[in-house]
Amino acid sequence: MNKPEQRAHGKQGFSRRAFLKGSGAAAATAITGAQGLAAEEQATSVVSGMTTITLTVNGKPQKVEVEPRTTLLEALRYGLNLTGAKPISVDGSSGGSTVFVGGKPASANTVLAIECVGKPIQTAESLEGDPVPAAFVDHDASQCGFCTPGFVMAVKAFVTKHPKATEAEIRQGLNGNLCRCGTYAEIIPAVLDVLKGAGNG
Amino acid sequence: MVEYVWPDKKDVSVLGGRHDKVDGAAKCTGTAKYSYDINPDKVLIARVLGCPLAHSKLKSLDLGPAENVKGVVAARAMKNVGDEIQWQGDPVAVVVGQTEGAVAEGLAAIKADYEALDVFVDDENVEAAESAGRAEKAGGKVQLAKEPKGDDPDFEEKEIERLFREAAAVVEGRYGIQAITHMCLEPHGSTCDWKDGKLTAHLSTQNVSGTAGQFASPLKITADDVTVHCDYIGGGFGSKFAVDRWDSMAATLSKELGRPVKLMLDRDLELKNAGSRPSGFVDVKVGANSEGVITIWDSHHWTAGGFGGGGVNQSVVPYVIVPPNYRRRVTNVKINAAPARAWRAPNHPQGCALSQTAIDDVAAKLGMNSYDVFLRNLANVADKDRAAVYAEEMKIAEGLMDWKSKWHPHGKGPKNGSIVSGLGMAIHTWGGGGHPSSCLVKIHPDGGVEAFLASQDLGTGTRTVIAVVLAETLGLPVGAIKVNIGNSKYPTSGPSGGSTTVGGVSESSRRTGLDALAKLFEKVGQKLGVASDALVAKNGRIADKNNPQKSLSWNDACSLLGMTPLEVQGRGAPGRNSKLSGSGVAGVQMAEVDVDRETGVVKMKKMVAVQDMGLVVNRKTAESQIYGALVMGIAYALFEERIMDRKSGAFLNAEIADYRLPRLGDIGQLVVEIYEPDSERARGVVGLGEPPVISPGAAISNAVANALGVRVPILPMTPKRVLDTLKTRSA
Amino acid sequence: MKAFEYAAPRTEREVLELLAAERGKTEVLAGGTDLVGLMKKMIVTPDRVVSLSRVDSLRSIEADSTSVRIGAMVTLEDLLDNPVSEFFPAVRQAISALGSLQLRSQGTLGGELCQRPRCWYFRAGQGLLAHRGKDVVEGDNRYHAIFGNSGAAKFVCPSRLAPALIALDARVRVIGPGEDDETLMPLEAFFRTPKSEHQREHLLEPNQIVAQVILPHPEGRTSASYEVQHGAGPDYPLVAAAASILTHAGAVVEARIVLGQVAPTPWISREASEAIVGRPVTYESAEAAGEAAASVATPLAHNDYKVQLAKVAVKRSLLLAAGLETGGF
Repeated sequence: MNKPEQRAHGKQGFSRRAFLKGSGAAAATAITGAQGLAAEEQATSVVSGMTTITLTVNGKPQKVEVEPRTTLLEALRYGLNLTGAKPISVDGSSGGSTVFVGGKPASANTVLAIECVGKPIQTAESLEGDPVPAAFVDHDASQCGFCTPGFVMAVKAFVTKHPKATEAEIRQGLNGNLCRCGTYAEIIPAVLDVLKGAGNG
Repeated sequence: MVEYVWPDKKDVSVLGGRHDKVDGAAKCTGTAKYSYDINPDKVLIARVLGCPLAHSKLKSLDLGPAENVKGVVAARAMKNVGDEIQWQGDPVAVVVGQTEGAVAEGLAAIKADYEALDVFVDDENVEAAESAGRAEKAGGKVQLAKEPKGDDPDFEEKEIERLFREAAAVVEGRYGIQAITHMCLEPHGSTCDWKDGKLTAHLSTQNVSGTAGQFASPLKITADDVTVHCDYIGGGFGSKFAVDRWDSMAATLSKELGRPVKLMLDRDLELKNAGSRPSGFVDVKVGANSEGVITIWDSHHWTAGGFGGGGVNQSVVPYVIVPPNYRRRVTNVKINAAPARAWRAPNHPQGCALSQTAIDDVAAKLGMNSYDVFLRNLANVADKDRAAVYAEEMKIAEGLMDWKSKWHPHGKGPKNGSIVSGLGMAIHTWGGGGHPSSCLVKIHPDGGVEAFLASQDLGTGTRTVIAVVLAETLGLPVGAIKVNIGNSKYPTSGPSGGSTTVGGVSESSRRTGLDALAKLFEKVGQKLGVASDALVAKNGRIADKNNPQKSLSWNDACSLLGMTPLEVQGRGAPGRNSKLSGSGVAGVQMAEVDVDRETGVVKMKKMVAVQDMGLVVNRKTAESQIYGALVMGIAYALFEERIMDRKSGAFLNAEIADYRLPRLGDIGQLVVEIYEPDSERARGVVGLGEPPVISPGAAISNAVANALGVRVPILPMTPKRVLDTLKTRSA
Repeated sequence: MKAFEYAAPRTEREVLELLAAERGKTEVLAGGTDLVGLMKKMIVTPDRVVSLSRVDSLRSIEADSTSVRIGAMVTLEDLLDNPVSEFFPAVRQAISALGSLQLRSQGTLGGELCQRPRCWYFRAGQGLLAHRGKDVVEGDNRYHAIFGNSGAAKFVCPSRLAPALIALDARVRVIGPGEDDETLMPLEAFFRTPKSEHQREHLLEPNQIVAQVILPHPEGRTSASYEVQHGAGPDYPLVAAAASILTHAGAVVEARIVLGQVAPTPWISREASEAIVGRPVTYESAEAAGEAAASVATPLAHNDYKVQLAKVAVKRSLLLAAGLETGGF
């Protein structure tokens, strides 16, 4: 049953100080927003046609030829032959192309490659030996496997952000990825195992 | 003389255990390469232009503007001017280019004109189909227990009328299940690479062995010059057996352009062209005795499998429970949609949903516990050999669901705010006999073991199954077996469809493994001075079973092969006489739901699946098949359907953002129990992929009916359908 | 995608300089979750894309004692993580209901408000109004508008945050076309129902952008959002409602009730507000407010069920705003 959420709204909860606290965090937001830019991209210029950019993928700076319209997914798959992120939907509705851009999960098929200059990019291929894919294997949380790298990345983002998540929070928090074979029932215990292994059990 | 049997339960080391998929890590870290992922040097990208109209004639087609787009290499027609086009999205042309962007721009530049023709897509409405001339009688069958006396021409009608008159309860209803798509997350397509008169086709296929020939003839070469390669396939579900027109086009373009060409369907064209499951709707009247046992069944169902007709076969209505008296008729409705393709357990999910809902309505009408009514109707299970298995499985499921304590009569449960709960069940059947399969086993003098089969892995864990069987057979750990599949140059193995793969490859790899071992035993026997039939292979050693001290390690044994690997090819022999594989399964499922009466939203609380499958090879992946099938079942019971615009015939929800499917938070608690007493083990391996996807539609529909006290007649049970039903019934 | 030029300016002023006055020539790129898909489908075919990703002034959250200003480029997840959001439960709930961590992390507040309708006729290239509404009326309109649909526009405003923000009296700061031009308007006035294909579903000119959303301090108001969702995940809700109420001496003295996914704009229900003002929030009064909201509904051929959902969404958003349980999911 839906429980009401009215935090900070008891009669005494209306403190101006609490309200202002938001500003402090906002400053942090502003700082993380200003990503360091590669020198070649310092000046605002209008870019068109084929151009060579440097993408830092899984810790390694690599040159790749793109047009402004080239998505990050295309750059990864065709330019760098990193094919773990998959083209499943035209937009971000399947989560199949999930990678980290600047540390945040994003659907690589809706990000322009050129937007990623200067931002670290991480793909599923970097997770060899990581507890997330290991737990997926242990629980057989893949069937055809086509959605799995994207799902693994989403789980990685989720457990990083919610290291003490409960099963109910897992069920609520991992709905951005679509699996047609129906591996959800195995993913849930896999995530619980990852969280336990991280010393949060 | 080698005896082809499985080891006794007490002697088993890895067979039936819980094994990780040998390729699990590759799948989970994105290093597994699917057809979509193969990027040969200088690969070009090709995409298809789909017809925007649902029924039309192509009046003109100008590809010139596309070829002028920067980055486009070529454009080709896939239809001729004057061709009639029967569904929206049917490929009209293809554009090849350097980048995705250039190709998309090229497709948009194509100038095509169509003459619009009459459209019909309203498969739900058989009356409309009849008046539009789109309905076609597709047979039926009448079976009555009583023989006609004399030659009364009205006997059939009179007898049916009498049976209904004498029935303690009669229920009537119109039920249905909408068409759905396969929605393979890797769309259909291939990367084709033509070199020196030979084609390598990286095809997303369920049929590695059977597709080379299909590529060959349009290219005017023979199948021996084609290699079909598919290490991983991103979903098939019955839709990826053939080389499609667009695959042949990719091969032709590669030949013409002298460069590899990758042609995968866009998501919307994937949904519009590359596989759907026929819809089914039924008008049914059922009579039962006072115990709830069905005595008479009278149904007319209609079904749409695309523009060519066809659809849900008459044989699945009524489903599994076949009363002594029945009459069934079928009408095929032709609609402007692509031809249906086999969808996991063809016909059965629809048959189950159209039939076992009516059985549950009998329980509701009589105020009986649905469990008791299903149990009593087991007397009329068509497959008499399985009837006892259903009863056993029902008992197990009932315990796992805690059915007895949760049960309330239909519509009489407690209300928690606007939420009501309900229970439902259904039962199913499937064949699942193994397909023909050949296997080549190589044992190297250094102890290495390889297997080669032109099979494929749909996600069932084919590689792992083969590895488990050979590991068990050769007495080695699973990881010691290197399995090679997914290449048409390997020994022929059947297509993966109808739950035939695990039975098929288990047969062939067990037999071949035993044959190879017998050859190795000859050499070891000579060396140890033991009769070769007294040897056993276990725990990495080959030993005299009467004197285990006399033994050689696996590696020492293999070194007796000298310089040449031992190579043995064998073939499975599934069928009546096989002790390795069998066919025919039962299966029981129960569902528990919560329904919010104010919003019509249905939430899964729990599902229980009890499933037999003969002898289990790998318990872990077997359970995964059942879990996955339950999720696919929840999908078509509550979420997914193909939505066609009645007027234009457009497929409206052909993107993932519009085609609703369950997510991780929608599945509730899933409980899977494999039913595997000794009697099941003795049947050998039976396929599992299809059966557990059959019952969820009926089971969940029955649970919703139990919660609400009224039947939501059409699947999927969306909030709209639930609310529309409640409104009609209360009006 | 059609080939386009790309620019990533660093200041608001540069952004405005790079945008064209003519519609369709330039597009503003925020998180990309909607625009990139639309460009791939060639529904949107700009000559130039102007990215806001490097304009730091659009990324901050600043509060003073009377209001909080949220930059258009603040991602939904960052807004959820910011403690100031605790003052606006309706906003928090609307963001949380978007069941995709990726979309929340990538999608921005400004982009959420400016995303294009999900109408399947629009997305198939039949125009925003789908042939002056004819395709919708004669076609499958199960997800279309039940309010405000007497004109050509039958689509529903896709924004999931707008109802909550409007219920909380949000204003939006629009800048452009000139470097010093800025307009501060109530968010409800930002949205409009287009009457022709030349109009958009909001008032932005092609060379204007949303810079900030300003939320006043709730001053004792409580708020909640309720979405009727078919299932988990990022799919749009069938109907949504947000309520913000001020209670005095046990009775509601002020109420803002806004429905989402029911009309071409967020739909402010004055009928629902009038029904609840002067009464305490109870199951009965909340239900009456829902009935009042639905009394002016004009459903199309296939979306009558949404009228029922609108009643329930209003009722439940009010109950939640009052700290009561909904009695449903």
